[in-house]
Amino acid sequence: MTEYIDIFVRAIFVNNMILAYFLGMCSFLALSKKVDTAFGLGLAVVFVLGITTPLNNLIFNLLLKDSALASNVDLSFLNFLCFIAVIASTVQLLEMLLDRFFPPLYNSLGIFLPLITVNCSILGGSLFMVERNYDFGQSMAFGFGSGMGFFLAIIALAGIRTKLRYSNIPQGLRGLGITFILTGLMALGFQAFASVTLQVP
Amino acid sequence: MDKKTKAIVFDPLSDNNPITVQMLGICSALAVTAQLNTAFIMSIAVIVVLCASNTIISMMRHHIPPKIRMIVEMVVIASLVITVDQVLKAYAFEASKQLSVFVGLIITNCIVMGRAEAFAMQNPPRQAFMDGLGNGLGYSAILIIVGTFRELIGAGTLFGARVLPESYAGNGLMVIAPGAFIIIGLIIWLQRTLTGKYEEA
Repeated sequence: MTEYIDIFVRAIFVNNMILAYFLGMCSFLALSKKVDTAFGLGLAVVFVLGITTPLNNLIFNLLLKDSALASNVDLSFLNFLCFIAVIASTVQLLEMLLDRFFPPLYNSLGIFLPLITVNCSILGGSLFMVERNYDFGQSMAFGFGSGMGFFLAIIALAGIRTKLRYSNIPQGLRGLGITFILTGLMALGFQAFASVTLQVP
Repeated sequence: MDKKTKAIVFDPLSDNNPITVQMLGICSALAVTAQLNTAFIMSIAVIVVLCASNTIISMMRHHIPPKIRMIVEMVVIASLVITVDQVLKAYAFEASKQLSVFVGLIITNCIVMGRAEAFAMQNPPRQAFMDGLGNGLGYSAILIIVGTFRELIGAGTLFGARVLPESYAGNGLMVIAPGAFIIIGLIIWLQRTLTGKYEEA
């Protein structure tokens, strides 16, 4: 159990998708102007990352891995194509399910759900899962943890940017420039968690 | 080269740079720049994928049904990235290990998708190729600049060869993630000031 909690906590604070690996930057920068939109996007990322990472883990281990399907058949070169297809279809499916059964949640996620397909952090989650040889339980903890990390970072940045409206910034630094520097300072803060580990040596 | 082609190639280098102005493809741009070597290989990979995907999608543009164009574009891009990944694994194994998941993440790199959507779908193959080349070079320019600063200040080396004297201790901030954010923020500041194109925040 400790192992899963360790992966979960590390995925949020130490190996944060945005602040340590720069994944999902595009939507992170574009949609962090208001806390409301940041909240919607963050929630959608938690959902999709938490579902697709374990799903891709099953597909990789049962179909694509060396000798998984039949002996001496190695399909692992197809992983990019399969992962992206899984992600795209999961997003589509999730959209339909939410629309049918949880309309309030569907309405609050709005256009962010379809946008998620091309968010680097989702595909990144699956690729990291393969690279680090996570099993099913671990990849579930990792997926949810990474999603929470993204959520935390984007809410924090949106909060700072809202406050920033009242400050006097040099003209050339306005908009994208100051956002990058802010993210840098936030990442610097998160570096303090680098030595956190729950596992007993 | 006539005037229009020239504009297509050279505009993205500074005035319409994919990273600093269009805000595309930031995800991978920062992660691979801790060393100049990886930044260089990543640039070449992105230029190849961008040119090829733009050309192919532009050639197919009259045959792609508008409703499923995203999926078609995704499949073309994913296949190209798989090819690049396999070539890197075969001929530059060390580098491909260092780039780890970021080669795969070219698929969700917004530049490739963005240019396919915005340019290749409306223009003939030759111009689409030029557009891919220009945007790829603009992306590379930022990558190389950030990579140069990070490796020089962070470790005192360039392409692994020592430039600053041995007594230079190296600035750890530049090697870790926050350094990349802050450097790119400063580059954007400089560029905005030089070109005089400010944005309203």
